[in-house]
Amino acid sequence: MADATAQIAATGTERLTTADGRPLKTALARAQARARRRAFLLVLPLLLFIVVTFIVPIGQMLHRSIHNDGFAANMPQLTQWFAETEPGTEPDETAYAALAADLKAAAEAKTIGVVGTRVNYEMAGTRSLFTSTGRKARKFEPPYRAAILEADEKWANPDLWGTMRQVSRAYSPNFFLAAVDLARDNEGNIVRAPAERRVYVMLFERTFVIAGLITFLCLLLGYPVAHLLATLPLRTSNLLMILVLLPFWTSLLVRTTSWIVLLQGQGVVNNTLVATGLISDSSRIQMIYNQAGTIIAMTHILLPFMILPLYSVMRPIPPSYVRAARSLGASSWTAFRRVYLPQTLPGIGAGALLVFILGVGYYITPALVGGASGQLISNLIAFHMQDSLNWSLAAALAAVLLGAVLILYWLYDRLVGIDNLKLG
Amino acid sequence: MVASTQDDGFVVFEHVQKSYDGETLVVKDLNLTIGQGEFLTMLGPSGSGKTTCLMMLAGFETATHGEIRLDGRPINTVPPHKRGIGMVFQNYALFPHMTVGENLSFPLEVRGMSRSDRERKIKRALDMVQMGAFANRRPAQLSGGQQQRIALARALVFDPQLVLMDEPLGALDKQLREHMQFEIKHLHESLGITVVYVTHDQGEALTMSDRIAVFNDGRIQQLAPPSELYERPKNSFVASFIGENNRLPGTVEEIADGRALVRLETGELIDATPVNVARKGQQTLVSIRPERVEFKPEMLPPNAHLIDAEVLEFIYMGDIFRTRLRVAGSEDFVIKSRNTLGQRVMQPGEKVRIGWAPQDARALDPL
Ligand SMILES: Nc1ncnc2c1ncn2[C@@H]1O[C@H](COP(=O)(O)OP(=O)(O)OP(=O)(O)O)[C@@H](O)[C@H]1O
Ligand SMILES: [Mg+2]
Repeated sequence: MADATAQIAATGTERLTTADGRPLKTALARAQARARRRAFLLVLPLLLFIVVTFIVPIGQMLHRSIHNDGFAANMPQLTQWFAETEPGTEPDETAYAALAADLKAAAEAKTIGVVGTRVNYEMAGTRSLFTSTGRKARKFEPPYRAAILEADEKWANPDLWGTMRQVSRAYSPNFFLAAVDLARDNEGNIVRAPAERRVYVMLFERTFVIAGLITFLCLLLGYPVAHLLATLPLRTSNLLMILVLLPFWTSLLVRTTSWIVLLQGQGVVNNTLVATGLISDSSRIQMIYNQAGTIIAMTHILLPFMILPLYSVMRPIPPSYVRAARSLGASSWTAFRRVYLPQTLPGIGAGALLVFILGVGYYITPALVGGASGQLISNLIAFHMQDSLNWSLAAALAAVLLGAVLILYWLYDRLVGIDNLKLG
Repeated sequence: MVASTQDDGFVVFEHVQKSYDGETLVVKDLNLTIGQGEFLTMLGPSGSGKTTCLMMLAGFETATHGEIRLDGRPINTVPPHKRGIGMVFQNYALFPHMTVGENLSFPLEVRGMSRSDRERKIKRALDMVQMGAFANRRPAQLSGGQQQRIALARALVFDPQLVLMDEPLGALDKQLREHMQFEIKHLHESLGITVVYVTHDQGEALTMSDRIAVFNDGRIQQLAPPSELYERPKNSFVASFIGENNRLPGTVEEIADGRALVRLETGELIDATPVNVARKGQQTLVSIRPERVEFKPEMLPPNAHLIDAEVLEFIYMGDIFRTRLRVAGSEDFVIKSRNTLGQRVMQPGEKVRIGWAPQDARALDPL
């Protein structure tokens, strides 16, 4: 040890070595390798868990949002024909022969429904065309074009062929286009979706506006509460903290029911307003099953996520800062604005980010008390997951949401700095 | 510059009482007048109400009863930011999100001062504490002593007439503390400001103050200049709180002409000056400073009583010797003697006779 230091001192700016002549860097790395290996083994279970339950599903979701082989896998010959011809090529007898063969095979393998569904995503009302023609496919004889058109003359529609050409590619950006109300015409140009199908952009906008509003309300309501909790003696503040955390501890259904009891047309709030004469019986305020319901209920539910990070930032701020500001001549408002508020910024940032991100992805509350005008984008994602079974579109919508949140996160980092974030 | 212009009363506490919980009085009937330009220290054990008094003066606590006046006008209802009092906190309370320069600029900005005036004052204040080169640092990038200087500069930058300091040096090591004591004292003298200083370090209080108010149990026990406080403590609490102190319990045997004879519990007679005993037969506690006890009878007045003692321990401390003796049954009687020519090294077990001038032994109230 003594010679090592001596040597280090002697070599000065040259490469440092240990007493037995090994380079210092290597020796240090070797000495630390064991500790590192052990640390890695300790976190390995969690790492595996996260990979299996989080990273893989997210990856699958992202993959699904650009990949759907419902058509390509079950209509191999037609897919082949599309691959060999230019876009816009008139379907000839070869094409119809391939179609007939594929329809027959798919009908026998009972995958014709899958194919129909896939085409139906892009062009409404085509699923039944596939299933009904599929039933007759066994009897098709050449010339196939005539036979198929006899079975159903909708097969001559060039839009249908254009759509089939698009869905014949397993990888396509169509779901992402659909998620932002765009589509592709037969020539492959990107155009706006038909007016009656443009809902997603509006829903994204609504989701972000409502989440922003909820974040703002939570900050407005949570800041004074967090400050109160942070300045009270620990015993009292712990007691009050229970009230803050109550939303976590009550069942969702109980909470929702109580919101309904309070807010509905014949509910407590309206009855009180009518009884006190503030509003007339005929103009009861609609506060639930609409946006107001979503906003009120979600603000209540997400409030703790604002209060907790704020509290954890405020608690260690000694009162002497504000006192110092006051003694230096600042009014209480100036002292708050210039001394207290800046020190709570990490808490505001963390709370706002948490509430906003949770709010953007919230699903159950809008579904229960949101009515039609209170539905958010997650409700549409759920709809595509459970009812329309268009998982690719659901995945694309979710991916857009994820992207937007990541951009937000990045913006936050640029504007405030991620190290200025204190989550607890 | 002892500014004992106490009657003009720059700061006046009049019958001030304070209770936090409505059950106990933390400050009981405080009467204190502080003169302009004075350096007054509040000294006392923990919990004696020093900070509370300071906070009432600064406006962060309200007096439960009584009146506080600043420069002649009552300030009980004046909010803290209108009092114009500079304050240095124990943990410095430098704003962590501002640079040193911004910290100093803050009190000037809230007073609406122009940029050039601000810069001039900031520079002057920083130079005053020899921190001119640090204006762009954050408080976290400064050492404790440097933070202390900045806190001082910030409290002084807006030219307050009165500066309050609550244990400003408590977090510093001994050497730095002594250095800062000197600097604060120097600033006080050169700026002519009034300082109210809180500490529980008696050395600090003795070296810096014009006057010291010794607090205990919510009351001022004695208010006096350092030398008087040390040499003529008014009661046993002050005597034992300030400096080292030998205590001998006994009964007053005779009292006349400002001189008392006290019979100790073991029967010996000693001389003392009566302070708060008045009658023969009263219980008393005689207090003698260790450095005022003599081994050599020829150094004492001719009629002084001597007393037998036995050396228990002798500690060589370089410039002084510290001898612990058994005196009248007490085993922690200490004598401090200077290491002068001819001063003898004593052995444990040695029998000696010791004594003191009657004015150095003070017969106080029994604790
Ligand atoms: N905010 C408060 N609420 C209730 N009691 C308090 C409060 N502040 C102080 N006290 C009590 O008042 C008494 C005096 O406190 P104070 O802080 O004035 O003491 P101090 O002399 O400054 O002590 P130290 O030397 O430890 O700082 C203590 O008993 C303390 O417990
Ligand atoms: Mg204190």
